[in-house]
Amino acid sequence: MKSYEEINRRIEAKKAVVLTAEEVIEYVEKKGIEEAAKEVDVVTTATFGAMCSSGCFLNFGHSTPRIRITEAWLDDVLLYSGIAAVDAYLGATQLRHNDPANMDYPGAFKFGGGHVIEKLVAGKPVQLFALSYGTDDYPRRELRTYITIHDLNQAIMVNPRNCYQNYNVAVNAGERPIYTYLGLLKPGLKNASYSSAGQLSPLLNDPYYETIGIGTAVWLAGARGHVYAEGTQFSSLCERGPNDVPMEGAGTLALTADMKKMHPKWVRGVSLVGYGVSLALGIGIPIPILNPQILKRTTVKDSEIYAPVVDYSQDYPNRTGKILGRVSYAELKSGEITVQGKRVPTSSMSSYAYALEIAEILKDEIRRGEFLLSPPLERLPLGKSMKPLPIRGRSQ
Amino acid sequence: MNTTKKVLFYFPKSETEKPIVYQLVKDYNLMVNIFRAKVTPDEEGYLLLDITGDSSDIDRAYQWIRSLGVQIREDVKGMRWDENGCTSCGACITQCPTAALHIPDRRTMRVWFEADKCIECMNCITLCPFGACSSQF
Ligand code: SF4
Ligand code: SF4
Repeated sequence: MKSYEEINRRIEAKKAVVLTAEEVIEYVEKKGIEEAAKEVDVVTTATFGAMCSSGCFLNFGHSTPRIRITEAWLDDVLLYSGIAAVDAYLGATQLRHNDPANMDYPGAFKFGGGHVIEKLVAGKPVQLFALSYGTDDYPRRELRTYITIHDLNQAIMVNPRNCYQNYNVAVNAGERPIYTYLGLLKPGLKNASYSSAGQLSPLLNDPYYETIGIGTAVWLAGARGHVYAEGTQFSSLCERGPNDVPMEGAGTLALTADMKKMHPKWVRGVSLVGYGVSLALGIGIPIPILNPQILKRTTVKDSEIYAPVVDYSQDYPNRTGKILGRVSYAELKSGEITVQGKRVPTSSMSSYAYALEIAEILKDEIRRGEFLLSPPLERLPLGKSMKPLPIRGRSQ
Repeated sequence: MNTTKKVLFYFPKSETEKPIVYQLVKDYNLMVNIFRAKVTPDEEGYLLLDITGDSSDIDRAYQWIRSLGVQIREDVKGMRWDENGCTSCGACITQCPTAALHIPDRRTMRVWFEADKCIECMNCITLCPFGACSSQF
């Protein structure tokens, strides 16, 4: 048994034993769980993928004369301005003004909120255009200027839903190609697309949220950030395997960090043909090895993590709940799965290669004594499920 | 006068029940040297070849090939893949007909591009979510 304080002291002394969630598998196989639990202080987990529920709060500072912004655009992408005078929220999936979307099906969605966030983090200039109705104390009614992230007072990423614990494997059992947030799915089960780092993914290594909770320090695109709440659609009541690992969506995390401290490699605009724009983020989360049970959970392997195969031509849009089977991440990563007796080539929307790189970076930061752990202030809710939205009339 | 052209025939959906190569030789008096081909019934496919012959015969052959709904590309220069822009997400892997974009090592899952195998089908250029694939032209 170790405490957060003991582990942090070892980190500060640059003596912490840190392994990635991939390395720990073999390590424990060799050493045995009890022995390894005494030695290992931290296991690093990571993921890199499109996370649509992401965005940032920006504060532009005040112009002379002042403006109380009511509508604003960065590089022609609309911001949410229904907050204080020069504060705004930029969302990852916001399209650029005049984007034809899917009117010319399938739309290309070359540029949107995610791309503006990428440009900001890369330190590139973006155009701010803002309007107002004008007030006595804020008389200006319009402005157009160029800003970089360095000009802003704050640029704080606030993401209501990141790090899905597990995810669907999308296929298309229909008769025409379909364009989804998991990419182009060819008809007749000709390809399958998944999106998870599997054995490296944070919440798959801590299935019951024993260490990752509200207040946990995370590595968000190179900046030190925190879990600020359960993620939206958090659903800990889900189907789980004998190892307690969810076999479907399940938990999510709401994350925040200072965008000025992020590295552009891990903040990338995403264009999904026929679907829209988004933002891909790199996230690393350290798991403190407080006891052998927590260590055991981090040794979960791709072959022990299952995801549901879902038909995105019918069952997903219509919420039938039907699945075509379950496959392991070992199968998914091999490049081919079997669905209803048919061999289906697989590809992914999240990058295992980048996740691995992030797990290594976080490991090095902890070893060098640069990243301390923070114990959660509050545990994420167990026994929570996700409600659908009923469509009803006023009197029903 | 004889000329030689490096050319790519791209079949969006297979027209390959027709013996294209045979007819190029027999009806259009062309010499054909195939570098690479993928022709599976009912799937997209391609033929990358050198054709040698009289330029008027080549022109007539092109007209006939186009009439089959097959696309002809003469300047196969290779797609540009930005190694640093590529996140190795893998989204292109099942869309690339020749495995020019592929994952050499399934432990690291890093994506790699082999220019020689690329037939400029444009799939990855339109579909790469990160804009890592672009066309030279
Ligand atoms: S889709 Fe683009 S970013 Fe993803 S692996 Fe292929 S080339 Fe790289
Ligand atoms: S253009 Fe892209 S998808 Fe097409 S063959 Fe070349 S690498 Fe593969």
